[in-house]
Amino acid sequence: MDQTRPTYGLMAEFDDPTALVAAARQTYAEGYRQFDSYSPFPIHELFDAMKCEDRRVPLFVLLGGIVGAVVGFGLQAWVSAVAYPLNIGGRPFISWPMFIPVTFELTILFAALTAVLSWILLSGLPLPYHPVFNVPRFATASQDRFFLAIEAVDPKFDRKRTFEFLQSLGPREINDVEA
Amino acid sequence: MDPKPATTSGYIRPPVIEPGHTFTSVTEKISAIVLTRRHPFSWFFGLTVGFLMTMMLMMALTYLLIKGTGIWGINVPVGWGFAIINFVWWIGIGHAGTLISAILLLLNQDWRTSINRFAEAMTLFAVACAAIFPLVHTGRPWLAAYWLFPYPNSMGVWPQFRSPLIWDVFAVGTYATVSLLFWYTGLVPDLATLRDRAKRVWVARLYGALALGWRGSARHWARYETAYLLLAGLSTPLVLSVHTVVSFDFAVSIIPGWHATIFPPYFVAGAIYAGFAMVLTLAIPLRAIYGLQDFITMRHIENMAKVMLVTGLIVGYGYVMEAFFGWYSANRYESFMIWNRMTGPYAPYYWALIFCNIITPQWIWFKRVRTTPILLFMVAMVVNVGMWLERFVIVVTSLHRDFLPSSWGMFHATRWDYMTFFGTIGLFVTLFFLFIRVLPMISIFEMRTIVPGAKVKGAEPH
Repeated sequence: MDQTRPTYGLMAEFDDPTALVAAARQTYAEGYRQFDSYSPFPIHELFDAMKCEDRRVPLFVLLGGIVGAVVGFGLQAWVSAVAYPLNIGGRPFISWPMFIPVTFELTILFAALTAVLSWILLSGLPLPYHPVFNVPRFATASQDRFFLAIEAVDPKFDRKRTFEFLQSLGPREINDVEA
Repeated sequence: MDPKPATTSGYIRPPVIEPGHTFTSVTEKISAIVLTRRHPFSWFFGLTVGFLMTMMLMMALTYLLIKGTGIWGINVPVGWGFAIINFVWWIGIGHAGTLISAILLLLNQDWRTSINRFAEAMTLFAVACAAIFPLVHTGRPWLAAYWLFPYPNSMGVWPQFRSPLIWDVFAVGTYATVSLLFWYTGLVPDLATLRDRAKRVWVARLYGALALGWRGSARHWARYETAYLLLAGLSTPLVLSVHTVVSFDFAVSIIPGWHATIFPPYFVAGAIYAGFAMVLTLAIPLRAIYGLQDFITMRHIENMAKVMLVTGLIVGYGYVMEAFFGWYSANRYESFMIWNRMTGPYAPYYWALIFCNIITPQWIWFKRVRTTPILLFMVAMVVNVGMWLERFVIVVTSLHRDFLPSSWGMFHATRWDYMTFFGTIGLFVTLFFLFIRVLPMISIFEMRTIVPGAKVKGAEPH
């Protein structure tokens, strides 16, 4: 393999989820942190092995919901009491029980929009180009194969030693990922 | 996957996916429908019929915009006719999709996996058909903008937030948006699969753009799953609220036959009932035509039939309670309304509705019927009709006998009413046929998770 060209990292391919989870666990134990696993479906054991729970998503969704509730109620109160007050037999302008349905709907709307935007944007998507796609075999990552890539930016990354480490995990094959 | 659990009666419960499938076979089988397989004659036939009916809808709507709502059968006293009937019918049908994708996900029902994608698509298309009616029933939809949406306009007029009709705008608008987000979120990993399997460059580019550069990274999956679960949690109260708000359109008024506290739960149950009938109406031909019996097994068909039976019984309870309230209220208008419904000029509609929605689904108690797709399909079709009749009875019989006998009248639907209604069915069919042509109708990545090989061996219990 050509060692002079810039490289994104090394990618190992595995046959089944069990092997990938074991590999991810060992890679983490070995001290690597800048690595990622790729699978055609979500594997919960893998999230544990890589410790990649993102606690910001629920927090953002909660904030989105709160903003939606405030905007929803505020809009109706402002319209009904300030912008367009209708005096109907002296009834209160801010008749809050009648504002609950719209407040509720906007709470859900804002929270749901935040949920979708969070998973997309926090994952750095949309991203049309990524170096891992340079490995031809990687097309199967969305179908039936399992991959683990250790990135060159990891301080522990050393092409030769990392290659040997990946070899010890019993992959099907190892590829260089061009940057 | 667990071995088939045998019950004491020796009956073996069908699995959620037939044995022998792998990641590869699931991926190939579902994506081939979009990418490589030739489409059957029935697909072209269905699309043609749907398209012609959509053209009929366009004609009916164009004439409506030229002449106004006078072309419909509505008049005093029946000022709400087909538009609201069809709106409630379509919105109700949409509810099953969200129920399957959100509520069954939260309840950890693995059988939802094979049916959630096309049920969600059904929801979106049903909501699209529903949304046409409140828009065009104003006759001048471009004016509806400032009646419905709170935006600063040159007249300084704002919507009335104390009206259920405005709540409806927000409920249906939110429902359509969240359903679309939920559906798209579920689609992204499958779009990546199609991108990687596409043979032609432009097809790969198209799916690639829609897939947002998804690469199946575990860090993304973790975030994705959290967001998906939260969306399901948000959709659950949302779907219950939507038909509740729709029922408020009626229940907040003071018309006998509408002004009833039972309306919200009764409408929600009716919506799920109608929706499951429609899911069965779509699923039974789909699995036969595309050979998807491995993925949509008898287990799915039976479970859906059972949900239909239960919600049908809740709806039946609603009918009984309506009659009971009419009598127990000791209000002469209420009791007249229910008596008129059962014996008045629209009595045939009422008894047809009882036959379709209460009597026919009782066949589902028989296992033979639950496990014979063609019989179940017929029951579901009858329920589809029955749920439309239910809305017809609620809307028309409550209005046509006004408080004063001098204001009594009858409702006669015109050809434009029927053209608009059947036109939306055509639109629904067209959208659905296009959907099964260009997108995977079963969630591929979720099917992979129920393949036997998906279990991580030797992992500590999670």
